[in-house]
Amino acid sequence: MNIIETEKLTKYYGKSRGIIDLNLTVEEGDFFGFIGPNGAGKSTTIRTLLGLIRATSGSARLFEKDSADCRQEILSQIGFMPSEAMFYSGMRVKELLRFSAGLRKQNCDRQADELCERLQLDPGKKIEELSLGNRKKVGIICALQHKPRLYILDEPTSGLDPLMQREFFSLLRERNQEGATVFLSSHILSEIQRHCNRAAIIRMGRMIACDQVTALARTSAKRVTLHGEADLSGLSSIRDEKRTADGVTFLYGGEIGPLLQRLSQGHLTDLTVAEPDLEEVFLHYYGEEGGEKE
Amino acid sequence: MTIFLHELRQNRNTILIWTGAVAFLMMVCVFLFPEMKSEAESIGDMFSSMGGFTAAFGMDRLNFGEFLGFYGIECGNILGLGGACFAALAAISTLAGEEKEHTADFLLTHPVSRERVLTEKLCAVGASLLIFHAVVLVLTVVSILVVGEEPDWSRLLLLHLAYLLLSLEIGAVCFGISAFGRRNGYGIGLGLAAGFYFLNIIANLSEKAVFLKYITPFGYAESADILSEGSLHTGRLAFGMFCSAAGILAAYLWYAKKDIR
Repeated sequence: MNIIETEKLTKYYGKSRGIIDLNLTVEEGDFFGFIGPNGAGKSTTIRTLLGLIRATSGSARLFEKDSADCRQEILSQIGFMPSEAMFYSGMRVKELLRFSAGLRKQNCDRQADELCERLQLDPGKKIEELSLGNRKKVGIICALQHKPRLYILDEPTSGLDPLMQREFFSLLRERNQEGATVFLSSHILSEIQRHCNRAAIIRMGRMIACDQVTALARTSAKRVTLHGEADLSGLSSIRDEKRTADGVTFLYGGEIGPLLQRLSQGHLTDLTVAEPDLEEVFLHYYGEEGGEKE
Repeated sequence: MTIFLHELRQNRNTILIWTGAVAFLMMVCVFLFPEMKSEAESIGDMFSSMGGFTAAFGMDRLNFGEFLGFYGIECGNILGLGGACFAALAAISTLAGEEKEHTADFLLTHPVSRERVLTEKLCAVGASLLIFHAVVLVLTVVSILVVGEEPDWSRLLLLHLAYLLLSLEIGAVCFGISAFGRRNGYGIGLGLAAGFYFLNIIANLSEKAVFLKYITPFGYAESADILSEGSLHTGRLAFGMFCSAAGILAAYLWYAKKDIR
């Protein structure tokens, strides 16, 4: 079952671009990463899915229901965490968590207590007295305490220290193993590579890749690092070339034959050819050529 | 009910401060009356001979020496202007403020329809205004009893009813404006309340500007008219209620489809 499915989803803010023709599919049980730089359209996509903004054209379906028509029904099964965790002033953490549960007509006190303990958050504190990281924890608990089927998390880890990030992801993994779907946006690739099984890359409002994370990392491009001398001039598909002390390292996306020929003619002391990590793939997609190719 | 109670809790300080301040000023005025009464004649003469100023505040039609005349002018201005400002402040930020503070992202991603959010918030604004006026009324009535005055209670209550309606109208109009805004808009709200007040003064000063009384809610909540006629001007009141309904309707129509950024 597709938990999220968008078809040619497009949003313009007046004349300025939000997202264009986005076709996104997230299946039930996915741990889905949504990667893109600032301003690429990640938040616009999420806000459209949640019904905060209306799409200019195209459609979005969540739980196989139209996001515009069945907003309430959809939202009752979603735990959302916005990138900026802003809450009402003057409220204590406990009051806010109860307010959130009250809006869902649920009593989540037990879950909230458990989560506060795991994330080391004092529920008696006033929200404006909390640091950014601790406010973020309030956002996490609001998204998790009612045990929804789908988690939509917009840049959830910014502001969290590494220990808390680990706890947060272990929480999400637990929920994911229980059957929930996780959709998180991020521009931290290592995070996506480590935790997600599928990912989509968005650039300038358009989706330029969507696949299994392992498949995304396994593009035809290889990271070639050589020590010694070789004449590489004239070889196309060389990107991100960097000179090292005694050689050169580059991403190679062309046919392997011509490269091997050149290398055999050079004087090499050592050579490694490796799968690029997701970060490099990301740069590959974002590099001008990479983007335009798509 | 959750949002309604939340709104009242969030605004409790504003409600307390405004209600306390206006009620205090009203009580001070009432307690000053016995003092004034002894010099009523000279003060009355003074107030009725200030030309345009006299007309502007309707003092040409009210007797300063009688309790209701005095009450209508002094307390009418305090309650009228105070209630208008309070209504404007309570309503103008109720929707737009959520966007400014980014709390709309929190509220509107819960399974609550926008219509429900609007209804509960509107009820909370209405309830705040009712609390404000009820407390002010009770405290002033007590003060009146303490100073031993026995005014025509029905007219006094009518006066208070008019000011309640005025607050509700300004609240409704500001609620409508709030649905369109993305900032809390306090300046616009207070400007609107003050603008309405001055429109009524202009209408009092010039025969040609009497039509302005239809536009401003201060037109039907004019102490001089209410106390001398014992009723509210139906036409002006009807137009005021029409504006209120338009403000609320605009909020519902616009906010249901608004992009929350």
